[in-house]
Amino acid sequence: MIRVTRKIEFSAAHYYHNPNFSAEENRRVFGKCNNPHGHGHNYVLEVTVAGDPDPATGMVLDLKELKDILQKEVGDRMDHRHLNYEVPELAGQIPTCENIAAVIWRLIEPKITRGKLDRVRLYESPDLFADCTAERNGAGAPEARGNR
Amino acid sequence: MSQPLKLSLTRRYRFSASHRLHRDNLSEQENLRLYGKCSNAHGHGHNYLLEVTIAGPVDPATGMIANLGELDPFVEREVIEPFDYKFLNEEVPEFARDVPTTENLCREIYRRLKAFPSARVARVRIEETSKNSFEYDGDSSGAAYAAP
Repeated sequence: MIRVTRKIEFSAAHYYHNPNFSAEENRRVFGKCNNPHGHGHNYVLEVTVAGDPDPATGMVLDLKELKDILQKEVGDRMDHRHLNYEVPELAGQIPTCENIAAVIWRLIEPKITRGKLDRVRLYESPDLFADCTAERNGAGAPEARGNR
Repeated sequence: MSQPLKLSLTRRYRFSASHRLHRDNLSEQENLRLYGKCSNAHGHGHNYLLEVTIAGPVDPATGMIANLGELDPFVEREVIEPFDYKFLNEEVPEFARDVPTTENLCREIYRRLKAFPSARVARVRIEETSKNSFEYDGDSSGAAYAAP
């Protein structure tokens, strides 16, 4: 099995706020991420697809196809957007690195027809990233509980 | 039902420290053969890059596996403060016994961080230089690692 990784960057705004928390609790839990005016990041997304190369092409999948999927599903939805207001898939969720990575998995996994989506890695900054993978034991341990 | 997902979050930290790779029970010549210039009696140093990965369920109320407001001070207290700008052989008690290779550093840092109360520490990865990196995920063989 070979793993193939493609990278895409997007820039977006967000802030963290739970309407069920008091103003004070929001500030305590989310710190400066709670600033209601929002702030932004240059996100770097690495998507890894695993599979055996097709003997006819030598490729696990056509990277151009993967590039187009990432542009359509992630770039067009999230680049230069405010994640709290403009991305319906994140509605009702705090747009943390963990939640955005899980949403991206749900968006692109069904579009990948060659190979299998292996990992979504989302960098919020060079020093912070979330990894999303499929639960392998199949027992449905709810590690991503709350992400639909 | 949608596929269950597994999330992790990785945070990068930095510390600078000196060390010397040397075993008292070996001759100078054997130390030199085994550790090369790393056994230089006066020690030498590195800018270590530490990656700490936490894993577990994402809390729907916060969108987080654990709050960085808790992880950062914990890592600072357990690792950065006792290791940064220190001579590991003499100022970190565990390395009076164990050679401070980056393998042993990974295990010692994992041992210190696994008590993090808010999430499971799934992995510790250290870049000793931009060319060398080491990972430890707490496998059972790490239970005893005293130098023979």
